[in-house]
Amino acid sequence: MYRIRLFATRHARGFERLYGMLETVMVALDPVFRRLGYTRVERVVGPMENLTKSLLFDCKMCGQCVLSSTGMSCPMNCPKTLRNGPCGGVRPGGYCEVKPDMRCVWVEGWDGAARMKGGDRIKTVLPPVDHSLKGSSSWLRVAREKAEERREAQEPRRTTIAGAFGGARKTEPTSAPLAPEPGRKDG
Amino acid sequence: MDDAPRTGSRLEKVLRSGRFAITAELNPPDSADPEDVYEAARPLGEVADAINATDASGANCHMSSLGISALLVQAGYGPVLQVSCRDRNRIAIQGDVLGASALGVHNVLCLTGDDVSAGDQPGAKPVFDFDSISLLRTLRTLRDDAVFLSGRKITTPPKLFLGAAENPCVDPLEWRADRLGKKIDAGADFIQTNLIYDIPRFERFMDRVRELGLHRRAYILAGVGMATSAKGARWMRARVPGIHIPDHVIDRLEKASDPVEEGKRISVELIQQVREISGVSGVHVMAYRREHEVSEIVMRSGVLERRKIEWR
Repeated sequence: MYRIRLFATRHARGFERLYGMLETVMVALDPVFRRLGYTRVERVVGPMENLTKSLLFDCKMCGQCVLSSTGMSCPMNCPKTLRNGPCGGVRPGGYCEVKPDMRCVWVEGWDGAARMKGGDRIKTVLPPVDHSLKGSSSWLRVAREKAEERREAQEPRRTTIAGAFGGARKTEPTSAPLAPEPGRKDG
Repeated sequence: MDDAPRTGSRLEKVLRSGRFAITAELNPPDSADPEDVYEAARPLGEVADAINATDASGANCHMSSLGISALLVQAGYGPVLQVSCRDRNRIAIQGDVLGASALGVHNVLCLTGDDVSAGDQPGAKPVFDFDSISLLRTLRTLRDDAVFLSGRKITTPPKLFLGAAENPCVDPLEWRADRLGKKIDAGADFIQTNLIYDIPRFERFMDRVRELGLHRRAYILAGVGMATSAKGARWMRARVPGIHIPDHVIDRLEKASDPVEEGKRISVELIQQVREISGVSGVHVMAYRREHEVSEIVMRSGVLERRKIEWR
């Protein structure tokens, strides 16, 4: 919902803290998820995540959540789906070029970032969305990617996206994965 | 700015030499006749170090930027290829840029692009696979690492002098310079700003740019336009995305007995004013459908000094 979405960016600091906690829990659960199988867990976590984030952020389930780097304002609500906004068309007062009645997602995002402890993450150059991941769980991907990093992913497996968008790799690992998605051929 | 030149582009040479650079925008023809391109380019070539070939600006369909750029190279000019993210996805853009470099087009301006709803074909599918910043980083990866974004090798990487735009005079004003920093981090070598009619706003932007040291990491060219009637200026302000024209400028046009002459005078003054601002490396002149008057404005502003532009 639009109003709740605006509330989220205005209370970005609180949501940042909440997200930090959630991430710790998810990463800690990685061994459990692996034992059960991520695909099986996704059937439960996916719909839960969808429900929560749709309500709070108008989430579009892009599958590579970057809210911590966008001031808790979901960039997929930008009509141009910019991952590094705002564009140059913002209307006076901070309204959207395309939808004049809507607050610019990125004006909200930069304001939200200013309220956050790790708000500087908004300066990270984010990679383009991987459209093949649409609809999948970002929370599980965070758990997997972070855990993978701890297990020391080997350099040769590093994808070009992870190399080209190194900053994003550090702050938003799901957007610049170290290794290709399991079961998918790249290049 | 770092070390070695990236291309043999004239624009890059002029900027690196510390001279005040001039670029100008060519309005693309609605035709398939190369002569239409050359006719528009001739008056710009007299004063400009590079000519920007717009990429369906305002989401209106015209001859393609790559087509125009290639024609300009053939005639000996130095074009700036504009690439908007609105119409092409990552597969098309990476391929186009290799093609551009092969054709001798090395200056590439990376833009997000106006939404399709602004143009003559609002029913078109908006692509926006990249945004300007992820596009910059991708093209830098193509150039410096000689790989596509997929990781596949490029045997001869493209030679690119990468550009980006920034709009210093529209909201969120307090973050515009920071976002410019992000573009430079992503790979921009030069910046062409959107139209500037509000010098105090632009000065505040440049204060922040200098504070962040961005003017030392990329060359900044200030965008100057030409409004020739109060009605036209009001229309632009209301209809064209990202245009900020203060009322006092429109008042001047309204009160003038010869608004066209007044419009030229305003442009000349703007060029002279931005030149005085520390950190500005040049101007980018955008005179919609008035290419023939660009050379007059630039000459009158005196920024060319005694430097002569010679193509070939």
